[in-house]
Amino acid sequence: MRNKFDEQLALLNREMISMGALCEEAIAVTARSMLDGEEANSIERVRSLENDIDQKERDIESICLKLLLQQQPVASDLRQISAALKMITDMERIGDQALDIAETATFMGPVDGADAPLLRELARKVISMVTDSVDAFVRHDAEAAGVVAAKDDEADELFTRIKKSIIERISTHSGEGEYALDLLMIAKYLERIGDHATNIAEWVEFSVTGVHKGGEML
Amino acid sequence: MSKTVYNSSGDTAERTIIESRHLNLYYGDNHALKDISFEIPANRITALIGPSGCGKSTFLKTLNRMNDLVDSVKIDGEVLYNGENIYGKDVDVTRLRKQIGMVFQKANPFPMSIYDNIAYGPRTHGIRGKAKLDAIVERSLRDAAIWDEVKDRLNKSALGLSGGQQQRLCIARALAVEPDILLMDESTSALDPISTSKIEDLAMELKNRYTVIMVTHNMQQAVRVSDKTAFFLLGELVEYGDTERIFSHPQEKRTEDYITGRFG
Amino acid sequence: MNESNRVSITQGLSPRRRAYDITMRTLLYVSAAIICALLVFLIGYILYRGVPNLSWEFLSSEESVINDIEGILPAIVNTVYVVIATLIIVLPLGVGSAIYLTEYATNKKFVSIIEFATETLSGMPSIIFALVGMMVFCQALGLGTSLIAGSLSLVMMTLPTIIRTTQESLKTVPQSYREGSLALGSGKWHMIRTVVLPSSVDGIVTGCILAVGRIVGESAILMFTAGMGMRMANFGGGSIGEFFSNFFGAAGSTLTVSLYVYAKERADFSEAFAVAVVLLVIAFVINIAAKIAGKKLKKN
Repeated sequence: MRNKFDEQLALLNREMISMGALCEEAIAVTARSMLDGEEANSIERVRSLENDIDQKERDIESICLKLLLQQQPVASDLRQISAALKMITDMERIGDQALDIAETATFMGPVDGADAPLLRELARKVISMVTDSVDAFVRHDAEAAGVVAAKDDEADELFTRIKKSIIERISTHSGEGEYALDLLMIAKYLERIGDHATNIAEWVEFSVTGVHKGGEML
Repeated sequence: MSKTVYNSSGDTAERTIIESRHLNLYYGDNHALKDISFEIPANRITALIGPSGCGKSTFLKTLNRMNDLVDSVKIDGEVLYNGENIYGKDVDVTRLRKQIGMVFQKANPFPMSIYDNIAYGPRTHGIRGKAKLDAIVERSLRDAAIWDEVKDRLNKSALGLSGGQQQRLCIARALAVEPDILLMDESTSALDPISTSKIEDLAMELKNRYTVIMVTHNMQQAVRVSDKTAFFLLGELVEYGDTERIFSHPQEKRTEDYITGRFG
Repeated sequence: MNESNRVSITQGLSPRRRAYDITMRTLLYVSAAIICALLVFLIGYILYRGVPNLSWEFLSSEESVINDIEGILPAIVNTVYVVIATLIIVLPLGVGSAIYLTEYATNKKFVSIIEFATETLSGMPSIIFALVGMMVFCQALGLGTSLIAGSLSLVMMTLPTIIRTTQESLKTVPQSYREGSLALGSGKWHMIRTVVLPSSVDGIVTGCILAVGRIVGESAILMFTAGMGMRMANFGGGSIGEFFSNFFGAAGSTLTVSLYVYAKERADFSEAFAVAVVLLVIAFVINIAAKIAGKKLKKN
């Protein structure tokens, strides 16, 4: 019994890793095209990645439901599977937001000026948060998950700085209103991705310790 | 969802009905129960789980002193029932067993009519009047959710009932002496899923008026019906606490390994 | 599946196995036939020789030389007396000790010694009980040659049977009945009386019937201890003391003993065969009774 169960759990882990990797890639492609303008068809790439992410979500849901049905998991197994079910919702949102960014960026054209380095830093930060949270899940590492939550504060701060810089830009270059708004939305999307990564990390912590946001669920 | 952090002593609103204090039990040289100490709350279902031979059934049988029937049993420590040591000097075992009833793994109706099976306990304790017995029989059978199935055949042999019905009859028989606590020793292990779920429903119903302590091999059953779970391993009480906590994040690695099937 | 692995199930047995089969079957038929033939011959012969000599008068009167009457009424009365007296003594003793051994005794060694002793006792030739009974009951205890001394000796003989059959049937009562009863708060004796004995009563009755069979069929013990008189003993008396001494002092032959007397001492074979028919009928009735009793008690 346990052998089959362990195999299924390993499969779940592999699928989680690959969904996490898809999310990372979607954000990375988006960020590159937005900041460096290097890929012509990047919007298509992100769209197809977003599709893959949705597909993965359904696959993982099916694996989890099957596990719940067949194994009636308890203790760490129960926590791992239920955490996975919650995590994929956040991952799917990450995919959506990457696509939103890519679409916004298409109309906006490449980012330049003073905001570029900040935006680049924010993008790098949230990518690493996504990577770290998925890694933490795979390694059952509650400590690594805690680090992600700490990074979220830094991401929030970056967002605030970008916002201020955009306000400044609007006040000095009044003709760039639309560009400024697009930029703000992109920053907000990135900040949301950071929030989703934090949610994922919190579920990882639950999966490992049974404690979610400082309290016990049961 | 509440964020209460439970501990194994449970919340204070629960009244303790059984308290085991440093209980040790030996079968000859075999140390079958090792220093068991914990408190069982009244009006709750407490499940005792663990692999075969872990001592859970042995512990259950110390609660109504059915282990006395085994030769070469030696017990030290205390088991307090409402504060009185059931292994004390002046304890009347028949009185104790009237208070702490037991339902066994295999249904064991006596080879008598359904009526006489239920009336057996009350008669044993001196109740004679026909009207009184009739009332007890009906009440017990109703409480055990089997009245409607047997009310037209009370004078037929109890051995003609199906396995599930026999087990509910045995529960009714135990209830007929108005016990305080009902011990169930793997009482559904020989039954089909429908009969099992009837008895589980029954146990949950009964906890309003009785305290139920059950040994079960079926982990899902412990999750479904019990409020408290005690995990025994090799004669030790490894972990005890709220069932939901035990089954969502046990504190002991041995508990985790057992309930997730990683054991051994 | 591989073709070569297929086994045909329609091939039949090999000739060797068939021959073996037929031989064995024939041998079994033959032995069964011999048993049947023997039984038919025995019963037929006894009925053929005995039935013509049977009459109501023979069964219902006392023998009288003066009136030239042959009768076995005294023997029938003595047989009934001995059966009842023996059962009254042996049942409480045997059932009681069986209950003690299976339900109460905790010393396994002690129990196995007693069980070994009973087994040995049940295998002893009855003539030994006869000898001991004669020396102990008739002489040492001063009961003289009497039906009561005979009954006491028969108690010794049937006790092992009663103990064994009772024990066997007590052991077949499921342990779960006992646990169920004790768990409801019964005391031990209450549990035995209300659950164990009712479930094992069929075994006890079977033991009784076996014992009755042995009592009716026993001759040596009764010849040694109860006497061989063919006249009706005086069971009554005017005063209470007289009644007691007569009732417990009565002596005489049972049916089996009278058969011996007729055949061996008087060479009255026609009477002997008539008694044999009576004994045969009694054996038959006892067997039927055992069957019916067993079935009836099982049902309840």
